Amino acid sequence: MILEVLEFGFMQRALIAGISVAITSSVIGLFLVLRRNSLFGDALSHAAFGGIAIGLATNIYPLWTGLTLSILGAVGITKLRQYAKIPADATVAILLSSGLALGILLISLSGGFTLDLFSFLFGSIMLVSVEDTLAILAMTGIILSIIILLYRQLMYITFDEEQARVSGLPISKLNYLFIILASVAVIVSMRLVGILLVSSLLVIPNVTALLFNKGFKKTALISVSLSIFSVVIGIAISYAANLAPAGTIVLVSTAVFLTVLAARHYSKKKQIVKKLEEARS
Amino acid sequence: MQIVEIDRLSYAYSGNLVLDNISFTIDEGDILGIIGPNGAGKTTLFSCMLGLLDDYTGTIKILGEDIKKKNNKVFKSIGYIQQKKTIEQNFPATVEEIVSLGITITDKTSKEKIALALETVGLLAQKDRRVGELSGGQQQRVLIAKAMVNNPKLLILDEPVTGIDLEMQNKFYSLLEKLNQENKITIIWASHDLDAVNRFATSVACINRSMFFHGKTYEFFENPDLLKAYSESSMQAHMHLHNHTHRG
Repeated sequence: MILEVLEFGFMQRALIAGISVAITSSVIGLFLVLRRNSLFGDALSHAAFGGIAIGLATNIYPLWTGLTLSILGAVGITKLRQYAKIPADATVAILLSSGLALGILLISLSGGFTLDLFSFLFGSIMLVSVEDTLAILAMTGIILSIIILLYRQLMYITFDEEQARVSGLPISKLNYLFIILASVAVIVSMRLVGILLVSSLLVIPNVTALLFNKGFKKTALISVSLSIFSVVIGIAISYAANLAPAGTIVLVSTAVFLTVLAARHYSKKKQIVKKLEEARS
Repeated sequence: MQIVEIDRLSYAYSGNLVLDNISFTIDEGDILGIIGPNGAGKTTLFSCMLGLLDDYTGTIKILGEDIKKKNNKVFKSIGYIQQKKTIEQNFPATVEEIVSLGITITDKTSKEKIALALETVGLLAQKDRRVGELSGGQQQRVLIAKAMVNNPKLLILDEPVTGIDLEMQNKFYSLLEKLNQENKITIIWASHDLDAVNRFATSVACINRSMFFHGKTYEFFENPDLLKAYSESSMQAHMHLHNHTHRG
């Protein structure tokens, strides 16, 4: 049965694209979560929504217009934070609501929601074309290469930005490069789970991986593994039970998080009891 | 050779003169203890030296280079440890990973350099532990290992032992002495601990916005008039800060 399903072209593409997205989003998400910027992905995806609406209204490939607006928005709020000293969460709220408002405005002008727009809002992993899969693979390759190349620098900025600046790192350039990579990762992830659920892919596997209390590289590897697991199992369950893949993937991811959290709680409790027994004997 | 040359450095913030016409030099191999009351401008002085603030007047040269030129080679020759700040307990990094951040160019010798730095601070056996699990004193030693792993010529320490117990403080000072004598690292170190400065620094700069004294350690500590004047100025600064805080 499983092998038969894997013979379908759409399932092969869904798995390849899904695994690529799982890797990209968890790697970028680790830096966002540690910088306490978990909602940044949400802001980027909502800005992209405005861009996608522009693309659909003007017959330009929507992923490119979405990516452009997402990058412009991200650079814009970064500048706003620096120069106007506005708190990070407030700038995220500005980008998020402005992107969404632009999208809604353009949709109302063009006569309402279309099937295309729905697929961007809620994801359409089973409908990815060969071209989409290749584009996702290419973007994943680019993001991963840059992250591997700059891994230590990005980790340094995440750990302590002032120390990283003193050590001579070009902080501003690295931060701009990172938000561009995050924008690309969000656009790539939108194909899988849609605009509304993008941030879950960036955040949940990383928060789960942090519960393992490991070092940076191991946490990244655990996060990537959990993300791939959630995507593959989510796609399988959604196909077998005829459910929406995006929601299933995110709920599998949440279930993994809750399981790890419960296991950690149980193991901590067990350790306390063991220590008490050792102290008594 | 002079590692640091500061000439007529002044810096104002929100209309207040924080540093006023500060000039001094530091010779290679010196340990300069910088003392002064809270709000004397010690951290501002370091921020200027590290290129974090550049809207000052006067010149700062480190290793002969004006630091306003932002020469990365110079910054890579400086190790910096700021006023103790707690490393977030949940930050997912091992001791080894944190020390590796101090390496600017990764090559085959990186692992050896990290091991050597950790051995120097006595934490080699802890290299695979998560840094958030360590005590405050151990975390500070990890940050020292990170600062020295790249073999810096100059180490800048801003009140590095604040909040650390006495035993750890003594270990820390012994380590500084070892780094200075064995690795020939020049050290600038801001401290409130006059006793430690007397024991470990080779020269002293006493600042309270302007330069109050700069010279050999014994010249300061063996001069009762200077010590008295210093404690009076510290008391005044303390009172000023106290009143300011209560009014605010």
